[in-house]
Amino acid sequence: MTTAQVSYLLIGLALVCVVVAATAAALTRDPVRQSVVLAVLGLSLALLFTVLEAPDVALSQLAVGTAVTPLLILLTVRKVRRGAAGKRPEGQRKDDEG
Amino acid sequence: MTFVKLLPFFAAGWVFLVGLYGLVTSRNLVHAVGCLAVAQSSTYLLLLGVGYRSGGTAPVFGDTTTHQPVVDPVVQALTLTDIVVGATVTALLLGLVIQTRKRHGTVDPDELTGLRG
Amino acid sequence: MSARLRVRLFLGAAAVVAAALVWAITGLPRFGTAVHPYGSRAVAAAIRQHTANAVSSVNFDQRALDTLGEESILYAAVLGAIVLLRRLGGERRETPRPGKVLPTTRLLGATLAPVTILTGVYIIAHGALTPGGGFQGGVVLATGLHLAYVAVDYRVLERVRPLALLEAAEATAAGAFAALGLAGLAAGRAYLENVLPLGTFGQLSSSGLVAVLNAAVGVEVASGVTVLLAQFLEQAVELAEPEESQ
Repeated sequence: MTTAQVSYLLIGLALVCVVVAATAAALTRDPVRQSVVLAVLGLSLALLFTVLEAPDVALSQLAVGTAVTPLLILLTVRKVRRGAAGKRPEGQRKDDEG
Repeated sequence: MTFVKLLPFFAAGWVFLVGLYGLVTSRNLVHAVGCLAVAQSSTYLLLLGVGYRSGGTAPVFGDTTTHQPVVDPVVQALTLTDIVVGATVTALLLGLVIQTRKRHGTVDPDELTGLRG
Repeated sequence: MSARLRVRLFLGAAAVVAAALVWAITGLPRFGTAVHPYGSRAVAAAIRQHTANAVSSVNFDQRALDTLGEESILYAAVLGAIVLLRRLGGERRETPRPGKVLPTTRLLGATLAPVTILTGVYIIAHGALTPGGGFQGGVVLATGLHLAYVAVDYRVLERVRPLALLEAAEATAAGAFAALGLAGLAAGRAYLENVLPLGTFGQLSSSGLVAVLNAAVGVEVASGVTVLLAQFLEQAVELAEPEESQ
């Protein structure tokens, strides 16, 4: 297989991962589960960007999409859920993320 | 064969529409913000797909000669600032969701109809 | 509007958009085309300006005005989040009880935190030479700092994270980017034009203004993301709901 064919094969595989992860992320209703799927989507996007010869963009996406955005969503869900119960949850658990 | 040659663009279109579908049918504002992030990532796909050159390498000349064919750096520059700024705007939206929860007691968009004084 | 009607309306609109997308996409140049009019000119300009990383050259040299706008958006978004998430009257602040952390996590965090911070600084400093730059390095720096939260404790994070200093640093860096552009005006050329000496291609001191702008953006993004995360962490971990709602 020539180098170009290998590149196209890798791009195709990464594209499939991205499309599956994106569909799953939009269709997962629970925000906590969705944040995990968004982290997977971020990782597949970073892979796709690497295979598309864009290392700067992959670095950016890896740091932001895999760590920062799911963390923000988890913190928001915790804040929103605490208020919904009307009282403090038993024991101050730390968020298990990352 | 043309479809395969245009696959990244069709994938970008699919991701965009799927993100919008999730946004429209959402029952939880936090989930809606996540779907918006998915729709945003479709634009990155489209931009980088446009800029790819077959046989090109990364547009960084640290250890290659300057005669090497490279992929388009302009779309990469657009995408990389877009990613970081998109994340901070997502954070702003999540701050709005928290405030909505504090003021109206719910994050269900269907219950938030009507303007209240 | 009921949910079912909304979905049907959306599906109709999505069909139209999908048809328009298919029509537009089939008119695009094929994926992997060798014709990139902007790309070839941008690469040639980057090489002329002695910048090894063409993407950094486009971001901070050829189109620095767009990056000024982007980092202003970032600054405004962090500002908006701070305003939105400020402590309201009636909300109590309580000390969070420390959670249980595995010793392996603690070890991993303690060893990785200085490595990550050093990597972030490296990525910012070499943004003009190798893949990287202010935006990427800034986010890596901010996440490296928060390893203290993951590996140890929220109170330790509060101690290593002087919020007032970081907010001042972010504002200074955002203003510095705009002020550095005046160097171009002072030299009698355009705003944000690359007027510093360009140096040798491939050396750390090459590319003129790009390296300096990279540093400003790196400081701004790192402090901005840290301040942003601090607002969310305070809301989720420290503040309690007031006794009566609204």
